[in-house]
Amino acid sequence: MLSMVNFILHTWFFSGVSFAFYFILHTCLYAEHKMNIVECRDVKKVYHQGHLAVTALDGITLAIEQGGFVALAGPSGSGKTTLLNIIGGLDRADEGSVTLDGNALGEMSEAMLAELRLRKVGFVFQSFNLIPVLSAVENVEFGMLLQGVPAAERRQRAWAMLDDVGLAGLYHRRPSELSGGQQQRVAVARAIVSDPAIVLADEPTANLDSATGKGLLELMLRMNETKKATFIFSTHDKMVMDFARRLVMLRDGKVVEDTRK
Amino acid sequence: MILQMGWRNIWRNKRRTAVILVAVIIGVWAMIFMGALMRGIADQMVKNSIATLTGHIQLQDAAFRNDPVIEHFLKAPDKLAPVLGRLPADARWTQRIRVNAVAANARHSDGVVLAGIDPGREAKISFIGDAVYQGRYLGEDDLNGIIVGRALLEKFETRLGHKLVLMSQGADGEIASRAFRIVGVFRAELQSTEKQFVFVTLPAAQQMLKTGDEVSEIAILLGNYRDAAAVANSIRAGITDQTVTVYTWQQLLPLVSSIMKMYDGFILVWFIVVFIAMGFGLVNTILMAVFERVREFGLLRSLGMKPRLVVAEVLAESFFLLAIGTLVGNLLGLASVWLLSGSGIDLSAFAQGMEFAGMSRIIIPVVYVRDVVSADLTVFLLGLLISLYPAVKAARFTPVEAMAHT
Ligand SMILES: Nc1ncnc2c1ncn2[C@@H]1O[C@H](COP(=O)(O)OP(=O)(O)OP(=O)(O)O)[C@@H](O)[C@H]1O
Ligand SMILES: [Mg+2]
Repeated sequence: MLSMVNFILHTWFFSGVSFAFYFILHTCLYAEHKMNIVECRDVKKVYHQGHLAVTALDGITLAIEQGGFVALAGPSGSGKTTLLNIIGGLDRADEGSVTLDGNALGEMSEAMLAELRLRKVGFVFQSFNLIPVLSAVENVEFGMLLQGVPAAERRQRAWAMLDDVGLAGLYHRRPSELSGGQQQRVAVARAIVSDPAIVLADEPTANLDSATGKGLLELMLRMNETKKATFIFSTHDKMVMDFARRLVMLRDGKVVEDTRK
Repeated sequence: MILQMGWRNIWRNKRRTAVILVAVIIGVWAMIFMGALMRGIADQMVKNSIATLTGHIQLQDAAFRNDPVIEHFLKAPDKLAPVLGRLPADARWTQRIRVNAVAANARHSDGVVLAGIDPGREAKISFIGDAVYQGRYLGEDDLNGIIVGRALLEKFETRLGHKLVLMSQGADGEIASRAFRIVGVFRAELQSTEKQFVFVTLPAAQQMLKTGDEVSEIAILLGNYRDAAAVANSIRAGITDQTVTVYTWQQLLPLVSSIMKMYDGFILVWFIVVFIAMGFGLVNTILMAVFERVREFGLLRSLGMKPRLVVAEVLAESFFLLAIGTLVGNLLGLASVWLLSGSGIDLSAFAQGMEFAGMSRIIIPVVYVRDVVSADLTVFLLGLLISLYPAVKAARFTPVEAMAHT
């Protein structure tokens, strides 16, 4: 029965206009199964550089529960960025399966992945997060614009969000007129403003001094608690790991430790 | 917001934007201004030819065109009066005789075209009306006066008040000759015109040639040369006499009208050449701007922006560059045309060579709306079209690669 419904839904999906509808229904259907937001099963990724094959991910199996605040840690080259990219639909696994909020990413086309990123995923990158020609508030609005949220609502939500991340009054600054910490706050505001299923942050504090980094993590944690947003972030930083309620350690593309606090 | 991003992006590198804007502006200016000059040359050529005893429409005997001899004169020109009476109000007409003749004085003789004109009417139709700069114009019943061109005067080493003898075949088949006194000297755009034509009154020519009231042609000048075909048709409809043929200026001046068509080709080629030069600059600039911002495009794609919208954003940048460029280019082009519309460009230094091609000494640029529109459309639409190349390149960066790009 479920697969039947699923089939009908996929047909709908291809009609092109019902992306949002699809996601809502899909989420409702799977909600009663108490699905995890993210499920990785035996995910492998190999990069080829000339004759050299680099195994970035070597069989990752991992489930992230709704509302989690999860740190991915591990030495440089352990595969943190690669894993986040695959979970966020920016990259594809070579083997294994990844589901995000019930959507099997391996089966989706590029256009569907883009739509998924737009509606389900908030990204915070290490640097170069913001569109330089847009002001802070416009950056926050950008995703909602692509989603087709009406202008007035967009603006109102973006302002409220900036107030919430402590940037009241800086709405019209360009990224170049903001400090590194402020830029990351705008990025968090943008990632969270349209209530994504998950926020993926790849070393969000790596370019910040420790006090500013701590402030950003406190903000993320508060967003996790007040907005019920699920966060996965990667880091090398011990201080950052301490914030996490769950710590997943990677080494050579494998999960070597998974601790909950 | 896409348009806004495009607009702001072009001002991120002001110098580069300024350079490409200048290129587009010069390109559009060159298209419009040079186009107008070429049109000016062509228009002047037509005007000269029409003013040189052609007119917009001519009525002739059917055989005269191929064999312009006295036997093929219009037999009863007065019968055509009713048709001429029905011409549009702003049209003017005149009768004239035009035959080959030999002019001679004591020292020289040469072939000329003898024009027997109605001085009052001809003045309003041909260049001769205001071309006399020495002596006087012909009086209505002047049977002895003749007007010659400056170049002819010099060639014949003669001057005002001296005699000139004309000889031609008369209606009776005998050689008719008559002596005239030079009463005026005219100047013309082309030296060849000054050497070719001599003017006497129509009665004088008719007496000399013994043709009675016959004339070689009736010439009509319209208010607007574009009406020639339509008016010619209505004249044809009003004439029953099969021996009378009606010609438009295009038929009378086949060379000129084919040169006019050639100018369309010249202008097209010119547009293409300018556009190609400009297009390379444009594509290059936008490619540079795109490759400088690889990570940014990666970010946009990461956030879920569709490749289509990325293409639109890059095209928006090119749109603004082209819009500003064409706008300013148009203004400058039209301004330069306007500046020259009074005095024109004096090419007398090159007149010898130019004359060979039937051009005037002074070129006044003429704007054809059609040329300006096609210049703008060429720049704008083709400009956007070729900008698709960098735009599609920008949309093709995959997020992961682009974000890793340094
Ligand atoms: N595009 C690529 N081409 C080739 N090899 C790659 C590519 N991206 C990553 N790798 C390799 O895959 C492995 C995992 O890289 P990844 O960036 O995921 O590590 P990381 O844990 O994020 O490291 P860091 O802490 O330095 O950011 C590394 O050995 C890396 O060299
Ligand atoms: Mg990394």
